[in-house]
Amino acid sequence: MSVLRVIEPGFQTTVQDLGRFGYAHFGVSASGAADALAMRAGNLLVGNAENAPALELTLAGGAFEFESAAVIAVTGSDFGAGLPLWRAVELPPGSVVRFGQSLGGARCYLCIRGGLDVPKVMGSSSTHLLTGVGGRALRSGDTLPIASSAIRRWKGNTIAPPAHTGPLRVTEGPQASQFSGELYAASYEVTEASNRMGLRLRGPAIPSPSGHMVTEGVALGAIQIPPDGQPIVLFVEHQTTGGYPKPANVISADLWRVGQMRPRDRVQFERVTMEGALGLLREQEEWLYSLV
Amino acid sequence: MEIRPASDRSLLVSFGSEISLEAHRQVRALVEHLQAAPAVLNLHPAYASVLIDFDPRRRSHRDIEELVRARMSLALEKTEQEARILEIQVSYGGSAGPDLEDVARHTGLTASRVVELHSSALYLVYFLGFSPGFPYLGGLPPALATPRLSAPRKRVPAGSIAIGGSQAGIYPVESPGGWRIIGSTSLRLFDPGADPPARLGIGDHVRFVPV
Repeated sequence: MSVLRVIEPGFQTTVQDLGRFGYAHFGVSASGAADALAMRAGNLLVGNAENAPALELTLAGGAFEFESAAVIAVTGSDFGAGLPLWRAVELPPGSVVRFGQSLGGARCYLCIRGGLDVPKVMGSSSTHLLTGVGGRALRSGDTLPIASSAIRRWKGNTIAPPAHTGPLRVTEGPQASQFSGELYAASYEVTEASNRMGLRLRGPAIPSPSGHMVTEGVALGAIQIPPDGQPIVLFVEHQTTGGYPKPANVISADLWRVGQMRPRDRVQFERVTMEGALGLLREQEEWLYSLV
Repeated sequence: MEIRPASDRSLLVSFGSEISLEAHRQVRALVEHLQAAPAVLNLHPAYASVLIDFDPRRRSHRDIEELVRARMSLALEKTEQEARILEIQVSYGGSAGPDLEDVARHTGLTASRVVELHSSALYLVYFLGFSPGFPYLGGLPPALATPRLSAPRKRVPAGSIAIGGSQAGIYPVESPGGWRIIGSTSLRLFDPGADPPARLGIGDHVRFVPV
C-alpha cells in the first residue's frame, strides 16, 4: 500500500472529511473541513468521492513525501507549494511537496487520489482537535496510508477558485428580534484567539439583550454575543449548546469563507433573506458539480 | 411548541422558555423520534428546545417542520419513558475536589454536609452538551448552589464532579471549565470507541456515592 509521510507537519495539519454527524446529542459537534468547498473540489478533481479524507493545512507549512506515484490536487489558499492549484497534478514516486506561508487565506487542502486510509471514529475520519475525537494534529514522522477508493477518472482541467470578497452574508438568528442592527453597522477584526471552534471578533461592542436566556442548541455559523459585546462566529468544532443570544447566522454558501479567515482580516456582515441564502447555496452546488 | 429557523440549515424547536420536567419530556420524545430521520444531520437537545441540523440541499425548513409535527404527535401517544439510574462513585474534596472548601464557605455549610447533600439527591440528565458527554444535571439541592469561578480554569480533569450555579455536572473529558470542582470519579463517561460513546443519556438518573 502506498504511503504519505509527514516530513514537517506545518503550523497545524489535520486529516478532515466532511464531518461527523449524528453525535451532537452526545455533545460532539460535526467538525470536518473548515473550507469544505475547497476540499470537495479537490476530491472531485482527483476522482475521489467528495467526502474522502484529505489534509487540511492551517496558515503555514508542511512537507509531505509520497512513497509511490500519486495524483494530488491542492485547493483552498495558496501556501506557496510551487504547484498549480485547483487542478490534478501527477507526482512521480518519492516526490516531496513542501508548503510555505499562506499567500492568501487560512487554509489549504491536499487531496490525494484514492483518499487517505484513516480509521473512522464515530463514523468519520475528521479530527476534532479540541476533544481529540478522531485523532490529533499530524507530527513529523507520521505515516498515512493512501487508500485506493477513487470512484472515477481524474481530469486535467483547472478550476477557477471561488471568489471571496464582499461582506459575509447572514440570515437572522434565533434572537434577532432582541438586537437592533448593531452587527451590521461596523466592520470587525478577526483576532488571534480564533480557531476551528470559533472566530473571535473585535470591534464596536454590541449591547447584550437584558434578561436571562436558557441554554439552547447552537448551529454552525451562529454569531453569538457574549456579555462583553464582542461577536463570536461558531465554527466546525463549536460547542453543541450555548447560552448567549445569537442575532445572526452565516449562510451555508459563505461558510467556506469563514474557514479562510485569518487573524487581522476584517469582516462586515450583510443580511440576506432565507430564500436568498438558499438560492446562493444552490448556485454554489451547481458550480461545484459543473466541474466534474 | 414553537418552530423557527435558526439558520439556513437548521430549525429550533422550543417547548417554552423555562427549565421544566414537562419541557424535558417533550425534548426527549422529539430526540428519540427523530433519530435516523432522512436528511437530519444532527440533533442538539437542551433544557427546553431541540436544534435540528439538516441538509438544506435535500430538505426545506417546511419539510423538517412537517416531520417534527408528525413525529411529535406520534411521540406523545406513547408517553412511558424508562429512566435508568446510574450510581457514580465519587471521591470528594482534596486534590480530587479542589473547590469543596469554597463551596462550603459560600453555602455556609461544612464540607461534610456539602458531600452529604450532594450525594443524597437524585439527579436527572436534562441533556448532554457543551463538550463530549457532558451531562447537564437537574436536581442539585438548592442549598448547594454556588456561582461559577470568575475566571474559568484552562484545564479541568476528566471525571471532575462540578457545581455551576444551581446546576450540577460532570466533565467526562479534559476541557476548560468554570464550574466548581468538588470531587472526582474514575468512571469513564465518554469513549469514542464505544457505542453509544457516552455512558449517560438524556433522561437518565444519576446518584453520587461517596467513596
